[in-house]
Amino acid sequence: MRIGRGKLLVLQVLVAVVVLLAWHIGSTVPIGGRYLLPKFFFSTPLDVASRIWMLFANGTAKIVTCPEPIDFTRILNISDPCFGKTIWQHLLITLTEGVLAFVIGAATGIAAGFWLARNALMSAIFDPYIKMLNALPRVVLAPFFMLWLGLGMWSKVALGVTLVFFIVFFNVYQGVKEVSPAILANARMLGMSERQLFRHVYWPSALSWVFSSLHTSVGFAIIGAVVGEYLGSAAGLGHLIQQAEGTLDTTGVFAGMVILAVFVLIIDWLVTLAENRLLVWRPPAAASQA
Amino acid sequence: MSHVGAEAIRFRGVTIEFPLADGGRYPAVAATDIGVGAHEFVAIVGPTGCGKSTLLNAAAGLLAPSAGEIHVLGRRLSGLSREAGYLFQQDAVMPWKTARDNVAIGLEVNGTARAEALERGQGWLKRVGLAAFGDRYPHQLSGGQRKRVGLAQVLIRDPKILLMDEPFGPLDAQTRQIMGNLLLGLWAGDRKAVLFVTHDLEEAIALADRVVIMSAGPAARIIGDHAIDLPRPRDASEVRLLPRFHELHKLIWDQLRDEVLRAYEDSA
Repeated sequence: MRIGRGKLLVLQVLVAVVVLLAWHIGSTVPIGGRYLLPKFFFSTPLDVASRIWMLFANGTAKIVTCPEPIDFTRILNISDPCFGKTIWQHLLITLTEGVLAFVIGAATGIAAGFWLARNALMSAIFDPYIKMLNALPRVVLAPFFMLWLGLGMWSKVALGVTLVFFIVFFNVYQGVKEVSPAILANARMLGMSERQLFRHVYWPSALSWVFSSLHTSVGFAIIGAVVGEYLGSAAGLGHLIQQAEGTLDTTGVFAGMVILAVFVLIIDWLVTLAENRLLVWRPPAAASQA
Repeated sequence: MSHVGAEAIRFRGVTIEFPLADGGRYPAVAATDIGVGAHEFVAIVGPTGCGKSTLLNAAAGLLAPSAGEIHVLGRRLSGLSREAGYLFQQDAVMPWKTARDNVAIGLEVNGTARAEALERGQGWLKRVGLAAFGDRYPHQLSGGQRKRVGLAQVLIRDPKILLMDEPFGPLDAQTRQIMGNLLLGLWAGDRKAVLFVTHDLEEAIALADRVVIMSAGPAARIIGDHAIDLPRPRDASEVRLLPRFHELHKLIWDQLRDEVLRAYEDSA
C-alpha cells in the first residue's frame, strides 16, 4: 500500500491528538459524575506539558543566569552550585552514561567477537558461558554494580555495558564468520596478508553487522543508564522519574517519560544519520531490514 | 604451440580427495596429467560436478592434492600460488569498496602507494569499459559490470597465469559473448597462460587454443584433449559461424555427450 508523505504525517498526528484528547477529557471532564481517568492516578496532558515547560525554563534560566563562567570540567559534578541538577544536567548525565556504556560495550564486544571468531578452540570453550551470561536478565546485576562501583555514574555505565556488549559481540562474531568464502578466497589470491585480510575484509564485514544493530545497541545503552539511575542514583532522567514516583507525583513521572522518549528519538535519529553515511555501500534492501 | 620447458602449469598424476562425514574419502579427481603452455589458452569442459573447479583450486594452491604434484612455471607449487590471478564464479569483489578501490586494492596489497594504485586502477576500469563507474559500489553495478571489476582487479596485478572458474557462468547469453570478446581483447595484449573452466562447450571452443574434456565424477579424469585451430584474432560471437567451429563442436560434443548423460543419470 502506497500512501503520500503528507497524508501519513496527518494520520500520525491524528493518533496523538485522539490519545491526548481522550486523556484530557477523561481526566478533566466528569462523565456521569465521575472522572474516568482521575488526576491523581493519570495527571492531565496540560499539567504534564506545563511541567515539562517549567523544567526546561527553570533549568535553562539557571544556566543563563549563572554568575560564574561555566566550568565544563565540572559539568558532570552534580554538586556544582551553578548547575544544581537542572533538567539539562539530568539529560547530560544520562547521555554521558549511555555514551560511555555504548563505547565501552562496543569496544569490548568487537574485541571479544574478533578473538572468538578467529579462534575455534576458545570459541568452543567459552560458548556455554557466553550463552549463560546472555540469558541472565541484566537487571539482577544492578545491585552488585552499585555495591562494587557506588551510586555514581560508573554503576550505570556497567549495567549498560553488560547489555551492549552481547549485542555487539554476537554481531561481530557473526560478521567475521559469515564473510563470503568467495570474497575471502579472492582476497587471499590477491596476495593479502593476515593483517590486510583483517583490514580489508574481516573488519568492514564485521562493522557492517555492528552498524546494522546500532539502533538496538544504542537503545540498550540508554536503557542501562536509565534503569541504573532508577534503581539508585542522585541524578539523571531515571532518577528524576524515580523521585517523582516516590512522592506519587504522576505529573512528574509522565513529564520524565515524555522527555526520555523525545531524548531517545533524537538519539535514534542521529544514529540513522550516521548509519546512512557509513553504510553507503549496502544495497538498500539489506540496509532497511536491519 | 606449447613450449616444453617453459610450461606455465603442469599437473603430474594429481589426485584430489575430500574427507566424507562417515569417515570415508570422496575421490573428486583421479590421477590427472595436463599441461598449460606459456601463452596458451586452455579450456576445461566437463559435466556439472566433475571436479573442474577442484582442479582449478589446486592450480591456485587453494587446496592441496592428495597425491601427485603441480608445477607452476617450472617450480613445484606449495601454498597459495603467487603467480596466478583467479577469477571466481561467484561475486568476489568486496561490496564495501567502490569499483575503483576494488581494482586498486590488487596493487595496494603489494605496497603500491594508494595514489598510484588509484590512478592505475582508473586506467584498468577504462580498459574494461567502466571508466565512468569508478565511484559505484558493487551493488550499484550489473552482474556483468561486477565481473569486469573482478577481471580488472585480477589483471592489474599482471599475473603470469590466469585461472578462471566459469567466470561468466551467471551472466546472460549476450553478456557472456561480450565478456568473452573483452577477455580475448585483453588477453591478446600479452597472451598470459589461461586455464579456463566452463560447462559451455561453445564458449570453450570460441575462446581457447585447446579444449580438455573431463569425465563425469567421482574420480574424474581427462578423457579428451582437442586443439582448436580456429584463426586468431577471433570474435567470440562471429567465430561461431565458421564451418570449422561446427566441425570441432560436433567432434568434441560426441565425446562430451556420453559423459554429460552419465553424470545426469548418476545424479537422477
